[in-house]
Amino acid sequence: MKNTPVFNQDDVLHKLRHYLPEQAPLKDFIHHNTLHSFQYLPFEEAIRKASKIFGFKTSLNFTEYRALFASQKIKSSILEQVIIQQKGAENLESWMQKLTQQHYDNGITKRIGQLRMHWKSQYHIDLDTIVHTNLFRLLNSYLDQGIAVVTFPVQNGGILSSIREIEQNSYFSFFKTSRAKKLLFDKSITIKHLLQLLVGNENYFEQYLFDQQFAHPGWSGMVAVVEEHPQFLLEHKNISLLDVIHLELLLEIDNLDQTLGTHWQPLCNTVTDAPIDVLDPGPLTEKDEVLNLWQAAYEWSYYDEILGGIKHLNHKKAATETPSFQAFFCIDDRECSIRRYVELIDYKCATYGTPGHFAIDTYYQPENGKFHTKICPAPVKPSHLIKEVSSIRKAERDVHFSKTTHGLLRSSIISQTLGFWSALKLSINIFKPSLSPATSYSFKHMDKLSSLTVENKSPNHKQDGLQIGYTIDEMAARVEAVLKSTGLVNNFAPVVYMVGHGASSVNNTHYAGYDCGACSGRPGSVNARAFSYMANHKEVRLILAARGINIPTETEFVGALHDTTRDEVMFYDEQTLSPSNTLLHEQNVGIFKQALDLNAKERSRRFMSIDSHKSAAKVHEAVKLRSVSLFEPRPELNHATNTLCIIGRRSFNGQLFLDRRAFLNSYNYTVDPDGKFLLGILNAAAPVCGGINLEYYFSRVDNEKLGAGSKLPHNVMGLIGVSNGFDGDLRPGLPSQMIEVHDPLRLMIIVEHYPDVVLNTIKTNPATYEWFEKAWVMLAVQNPDNKEIFVFRNGEFVVYEPLSTETKVLKDLNGLVEANSENLPVYQLQ
Amino acid sequence: MDGILSLFIIIPFVGFIVSLLIPEKNEKLISGVAMFATGLQLASTLGFLAYWVMAKFPTLNIKEQSLYKSGHYEFFIDLYFDKVTATYLLVGAILTFLIATYSQYYLHREKGYRRFFNTILFFYLGYNITIFSGNFETLFIGWEILGISSFLLIAFYRDRYLPVRNAFKVFSIYRLGDIGMILAMWMSHHLWHHNITFAELNNYAVVDHTVSDHLYLGVFISLMIMLSAMVKSAQFPFTSWLPRAMEGPTPSSAIFYSSLSVHIGVFMLLRTFHFWEHMVGIRVLIGLLGLTTSIAATFSGRVQSSIKSQVAYSSAAQIGIIFIEVALGLETLALIHFASNAFLRSYQLLVSPSVVTYLIREKFFNYQPTVAKIEPAWLKKLKYSLYVFSVREWHLDSFMFRFLWNPFKKLGRLFGFFNTKMALGLLPIFILGVYLYHNQQYLPKPVLNMLPTIFAFIGFLMILRAFVERKYPTNSWWLTVFSHFWIALAVLYNELFDYSHTAIYLSGVVVSALVGYGSLRYLLKREPGTDLNGFYGHSFEYEKLSGVFLLSCLGLAGFPITTTFLGEDLLYSHIQLNQFFLALFVSMSFIFSGLALIRMYARLFLGPHIKTYHQVGHRSS
Repeated sequence: MKNTPVFNQDDVLHKLRHYLPEQAPLKDFIHHNTLHSFQYLPFEEAIRKASKIFGFKTSLNFTEYRALFASQKIKSSILEQVIIQQKGAENLESWMQKLTQQHYDNGITKRIGQLRMHWKSQYHIDLDTIVHTNLFRLLNSYLDQGIAVVTFPVQNGGILSSIREIEQNSYFSFFKTSRAKKLLFDKSITIKHLLQLLVGNENYFEQYLFDQQFAHPGWSGMVAVVEEHPQFLLEHKNISLLDVIHLELLLEIDNLDQTLGTHWQPLCNTVTDAPIDVLDPGPLTEKDEVLNLWQAAYEWSYYDEILGGIKHLNHKKAATETPSFQAFFCIDDRECSIRRYVELIDYKCATYGTPGHFAIDTYYQPENGKFHTKICPAPVKPSHLIKEVSSIRKAERDVHFSKTTHGLLRSSIISQTLGFWSALKLSINIFKPSLSPATSYSFKHMDKLSSLTVENKSPNHKQDGLQIGYTIDEMAARVEAVLKSTGLVNNFAPVVYMVGHGASSVNNTHYAGYDCGACSGRPGSVNARAFSYMANHKEVRLILAARGINIPTETEFVGALHDTTRDEVMFYDEQTLSPSNTLLHEQNVGIFKQALDLNAKERSRRFMSIDSHKSAAKVHEAVKLRSVSLFEPRPELNHATNTLCIIGRRSFNGQLFLDRRAFLNSYNYTVDPDGKFLLGILNAAAPVCGGINLEYYFSRVDNEKLGAGSKLPHNVMGLIGVSNGFDGDLRPGLPSQMIEVHDPLRLMIIVEHYPDVVLNTIKTNPATYEWFEKAWVMLAVQNPDNKEIFVFRNGEFVVYEPLSTETKVLKDLNGLVEANSENLPVYQLQ
Repeated sequence: MDGILSLFIIIPFVGFIVSLLIPEKNEKLISGVAMFATGLQLASTLGFLAYWVMAKFPTLNIKEQSLYKSGHYEFFIDLYFDKVTATYLLVGAILTFLIATYSQYYLHREKGYRRFFNTILFFYLGYNITIFSGNFETLFIGWEILGISSFLLIAFYRDRYLPVRNAFKVFSIYRLGDIGMILAMWMSHHLWHHNITFAELNNYAVVDHTVSDHLYLGVFISLMIMLSAMVKSAQFPFTSWLPRAMEGPTPSSAIFYSSLSVHIGVFMLLRTFHFWEHMVGIRVLIGLLGLTTSIAATFSGRVQSSIKSQVAYSSAAQIGIIFIEVALGLETLALIHFASNAFLRSYQLLVSPSVVTYLIREKFFNYQPTVAKIEPAWLKKLKYSLYVFSVREWHLDSFMFRFLWNPFKKLGRLFGFFNTKMALGLLPIFILGVYLYHNQQYLPKPVLNMLPTIFAFIGFLMILRAFVERKYPTNSWWLTVFSHFWIALAVLYNELFDYSHTAIYLSGVVVSALVGYGSLRYLLKREPGTDLNGFYGHSFEYEKLSGVFLLSCLGLAGFPITTTFLGEDLLYSHIQLNQFFLALFVSMSFIFSGLALIRMYARLFLGPHIKTYHQVGHRSS
């Protein structure tokens, strides 16, 4: 029996990597399921396990649920329905009593950290406090992307060998004692040897490493991410989790030696507790069940309202005449209201929703850019490159960010003089904010006057192994995919807008999370413009016609970018429009302008500093100011409150007021009877919208452990992450300012199609099916023929009869916006 | 014109008091009061300065209020105004007003919105008292307020571990500066035989005459002033506290730790410049200190890979240069440098989150891969050594703790057996001590001379013991209280001293002791198992209690809210010049009683809450 090693290094490392946070560095911040490592389990089981192991708060607590119940955000009729359905009608009363009356301890215990706490209890050493400061500083110095003036002097072969080389050639040391240094130089030493010294008993090694790495999940997670995706850093760094664990173990030995001398006993010689399997969450308790029931009741209180609204909606008959214009927007929940306003102002137009990269799967390189950046969904591996040429963008500079202010002598002149300029700038920014080089401004992603290399000249035209531009066939395939999946295959208006979106903010470290998620956290301007180029291409249209999409020659596509923070729209290549379309376009610009004012006004109801009673134009000005104000931690609220994803024709949801809570994907089941395009839509919607939703969910329920906490004390570490103060761990997740108005509800996807088709479709792709099967995302379907609603439960669709039979009609949208700052119920628009 | 000076103290004071009374939920009113107070202060400043400039920059000195008088000892509030005050007033008024305006939006919905503005106004009060002070006593009041408000601002996020630990770290270093102040005051009592004003200190004829007669006293006072200035301005070897102070919301770090607070040391030097102007050695020392700091901080700053610590080190480096300018007598240059550096670093910190957007864009468009250069071995070795040394911040942080605090901790632990009961067991000796004071004829002279020092030493040991207590908060509390009595007994032996002075000193101690003990009992009864071995974060549930307990800690630590503050100064005036050890033990007790009390407060009421029914951060966050 002795032959099988207890400690399997690769196995433990694999497990650690699996459970560590998976957040990319700031520039590539992409929303994802915070508990991705538990995604193989059903949601309820997963959050219980995560909570028991790591001490996360994974749902609201009793106090919070009961308060929601008291304020009728959780409806009692729904609560009863949930209990009856899950526990049986005969147990309704007893469970009701448990939920509303019984006292449960809200406290959360954790399994992680139980072994290593004995350093403090047995040896009276606060090991983490001493080791973390040095470890974090070394990691940050090594991975730094451009803050330090003097960078880590050796960069080859990983952090451990770099430190080794420095130590060999330095009069000073990162270590305080000799034994640790000797161990560092001995290349035959593995982490197993070090654990032998520190822990002693092999049975405890795994538990020890889990304790150690999850004492600073932020940095460990970042290391694991960079190890797997070196391209996430502009300046590539060679680093591995194994090296970092090795280093940390050495630092631990170093500090123990310093405090206790060299003759201390390994931890497990003094610890008598048996080793535990940290990943074993223990049995399900009644408290867990009660919390699950509360969460279900909370979610269904909202779902029921929306399903009722959809079921009882009087569908407007789809207009048969050609719309005045058509506009594509991203499915993003922030575009939900702008579409409503555009349609309200010009009832003859038609809007569509589709993922904002518009099927353009490419890298993009701005002129003079030294790198290229991905502008399509994160999992896609593009083989194309679109380059920006002949732009007139100028680099703007601000000496306050310059490193010369940190030298000694030059800086001394600067700091004797520049300060007065700083005082003036600060005053100006406080009393009259404006755009500055520090602003992240969506319109700067691509210069309006530049050109793009959308069309491929020859197959050999390549750069870094990427084909520059698309061939005619490739272009046609992309245009076809978007048009067919959204159901726009005939009745084209003279002008069709492709509106991407981006965001603008200043003093915002998480800016990438505000841009288009489908474009990997970049603005969608390049995609919109490239798509329009392709759809306007004569040869592309010939191919499309052969595939059943006849775009009239007078129809022209126009790319545009909607800035969701400032509510501005920029149009591209308008000069190529035909004279008649130019006239139409000028009218449409006016419509957009009005819609943007109204959209800004609707958004302003959430902003304390803006008086929403003012005219839309005035409010819009104030909204724009927010985006450039240094002191504004909430330039916009991003995806906060997102709860829905609706896939269907506009007539299926266009009449509902959804309060900017829905991702809207246009889809026409009649064009796609067997669900081929639906599969593509769901393959993207489940992970993208689900990822956004779950990141908001977890950052909201435990903002301290699963979110980034308040952003106000954040300190930028090496341009890759944020931490609190000088020596804190990196803080993955969303800052409290992004999630505070969010209701932690799982996403519900509602599809307009026949249940059997949808069931077959989702089962085609196991990865997508997992989201629904394990209930990380809810799924409902409306049968287009009889309006019957079905919900997906335990692998099948079952009929659902909403308790909400009536949806209030909204008579005064403007009044509603002015009077309310809270989440609003579903209304039917007049 | 003279009467108006007190206005600049009254405005922040009233603002502070009013801000305490506003309900927590009323954000608009809270920030409104802060804006009004700082706005009014700025407007008054501008008006007053215009008037002052037209009056051709007169130097003003006003004796405001006598707090206590006995024999030639008089404790009075004195205000002073000159070019230095004018600059500090203007920079402080502009920055505080801008930051208050900035923060009213920035802190929207933050838990502790009112606490933030309370603390800012409290800080501002301390700042103004300090810069307007006309004597050491007044300065010391402002100084103490700065210290405690700094602690509260750094520990603003009191439910996390690191801010609390770092706040305590900074506080403990500040405490050294306090002792410099106290000793300087003590010595100057003996040098001038009355409480000297800065106006007198700036009178060259008077100073020169006295100092040349007592050169060593003069040097000692200068050194103590220098120590306080070094600590407050994060000069070598104390620099490492500055980056660690960046724990609060960004605007508070911007205004205090990179600008106003950290330039107070420079103010101290400018204010006392004429006193040490003619001591060449001191000037050289200050200059060298500034030089060392500017080099050390520049090197440390250049390797910092987090933005706030980079700005912090750059600020400290510039202050080093300002120290040199002061030492060279370039007052105007130093003042310009102060103003500019304060504005620049504030702004750099405020825009620090933008550095991600800016530098990543810059890198995206301008990146040049580093080409490995072939260098001679010695150069490589020098570079690497310097890098390692700088990353480890010249070992300054670990140095502080290994050589400054740890020896005392070890000493305290030696007396780990000592508890409240045993302390009470010493009561007969205490009574004997009082008896002998009245019957000094029974004692041989050498014993009599030894007694005060012995008593002070007993008091000091009790404090050390209280400082390392891990289990029983009440034990730590009573030992601190008792030590004050032993110190009082020690000083009682000095001639001329009468009971009224002791009464002034101890009355504050007794009141604080009882209130603090009451709060402790209240807490421990409801939260059994609470000890001093870790952080409990009870302010989450006992917010008001934590306030009361903090006040009693401050009272006991000689903070200017009880008579103990006055008594402390009085006590020192009775320590004779030849009683070096007595002065040493009394000062040490003073440092450590502050530390023991704030440590107790921090462990009981701050840090991650022991109860996990709500969101609690990782210890490392």
